[in-house]
Amino acid sequence: MENVRSLIDILELSTQEIDELVEVAAKIIEDPAAYAHKCDGKILATLFFEPSTRTRLSFESAMLSLGGQVLGFSEASSSSAAKGESVADTVRTVSCYADIIAMRHPKEGAPLVAGRHSLVPVINAGDGGHNHPTQTLTDLLTIHHEKGRFENLTVGFCGDLKFGRTVHSLISAMSRYAGTRIVLVSPEELKLPSYVKKEVLQKNGIPYTQTTDLEAVMPELDILYMTRVQRERFFNEEDYLRLKDSYILTPDKLQNAKADLSILHPLPRVNEISVAVDQDPRAAYFRQVRYGRYIRMALIMKLLGIQ
Amino acid sequence: MTIDSIKNGIVIDHIAAGKAMELYAILGLGELDCSVAILKNVSSGKLGKKDIIKIDTILDLDWDIIGYVDPNITVNIIKDGQRLEKRQLKLPERITGVLRCKNPRCITSVEQELPQEFKLTDRERRIYRCLYCETQAGK
Repeated sequence: MENVRSLIDILELSTQEIDELVEVAAKIIEDPAAYAHKCDGKILATLFFEPSTRTRLSFESAMLSLGGQVLGFSEASSSSAAKGESVADTVRTVSCYADIIAMRHPKEGAPLVAGRHSLVPVINAGDGGHNHPTQTLTDLLTIHHEKGRFENLTVGFCGDLKFGRTVHSLISAMSRYAGTRIVLVSPEELKLPSYVKKEVLQKNGIPYTQTTDLEAVMPELDILYMTRVQRERFFNEEDYLRLKDSYILTPDKLQNAKADLSILHPLPRVNEISVAVDQDPRAAYFRQVRYGRYIRMALIMKLLGIQ
Repeated sequence: MTIDSIKNGIVIDHIAAGKAMELYAILGLGELDCSVAILKNVSSGKLGKKDIIKIDTILDLDWDIIGYVDPNITVNIIKDGQRLEKRQLKLPERITGVLRCKNPRCITSVEQELPQEFKLTDRERRIYRCLYCETQAGK
């Protein structure tokens, strides 16, 4: 619906709005009790047409922490989609039961369809290999908390840069800040798609380098964003098996890294970050999970128009 | 070769040579009852060779689609034997119902009643992307 504000793509939020969300999230972190009843009487529907326990729990935790309630389903087989119902019809129905919807769907563009037919705000909680704006908001809040700024940062992305939607979204989001430099580390087969380079990096005049050698570029990085090679994004199992262990971050590889490097990962990790790195204070990925809850609280409040 | 000049109708001119049939099909001109003439490989000072379509009636065409096929096309509206209007076209920001998304992961691949919508993302390179999944048109 035209007059209902949804969040389907991170770029729908201006940098000013992102600053505001980051500010609200910081206030929530400081004093969670002050926000414990902001959403009393409100209902969040979590429509997860494919399983994603982490994201779903993060949304539910966010709404419960605001005093609201949650309902929904965690896989398509327990929804009417299994009977062949369209996304539009499902959302028209659910938007009569809830005040806000978080939707995850395996098909790209499904949340956009939902947003067009919903009576209430829809948050894209991930659509296939396409967008995942609340992960990007989580990444941005983490970067801001770790570094105190968005500007003048060298951000390294390592692993699956081809199918990694969190990578594409974060690159788009960071390309709006002055002084951003991007370093792309991946095997040849999983390089960042050329359209992202042309339509995001080159269009915004963002300097970037591409390499296969993580250790060589490590000293330059302020942020290292590690990603998992995701089995579900491959049509061919052989390709997945060949590429899944391309980069494994170990304490040795961090020897030349900056003392104030922040290591991020959208999680879940498989083996691309050795557990030995968890003890390193530069490992920010578990703090990142915590930030995910707070930024979703801030976003839910914003879309519901709650101050 | 001569084709009668039209009194009331539309002349779609400066079509890149070889593109007239594509435009004819996209615009659905085959469904019209009136005379429609297609001239192929006409000599042109500007283009070397060009195609022209003459339609013997004034009707409301989808200008966006014509602009997508070739933004250099000019459209002349003829009334009482005089040129009433000359339209310069440009690439449309959005195109609906002409292109199909080929991405098997796109929602339009399973919900086929959804309108196929594409947005212009790079004017210089004439790149359109699916509004739903952002896959480049034709890929």
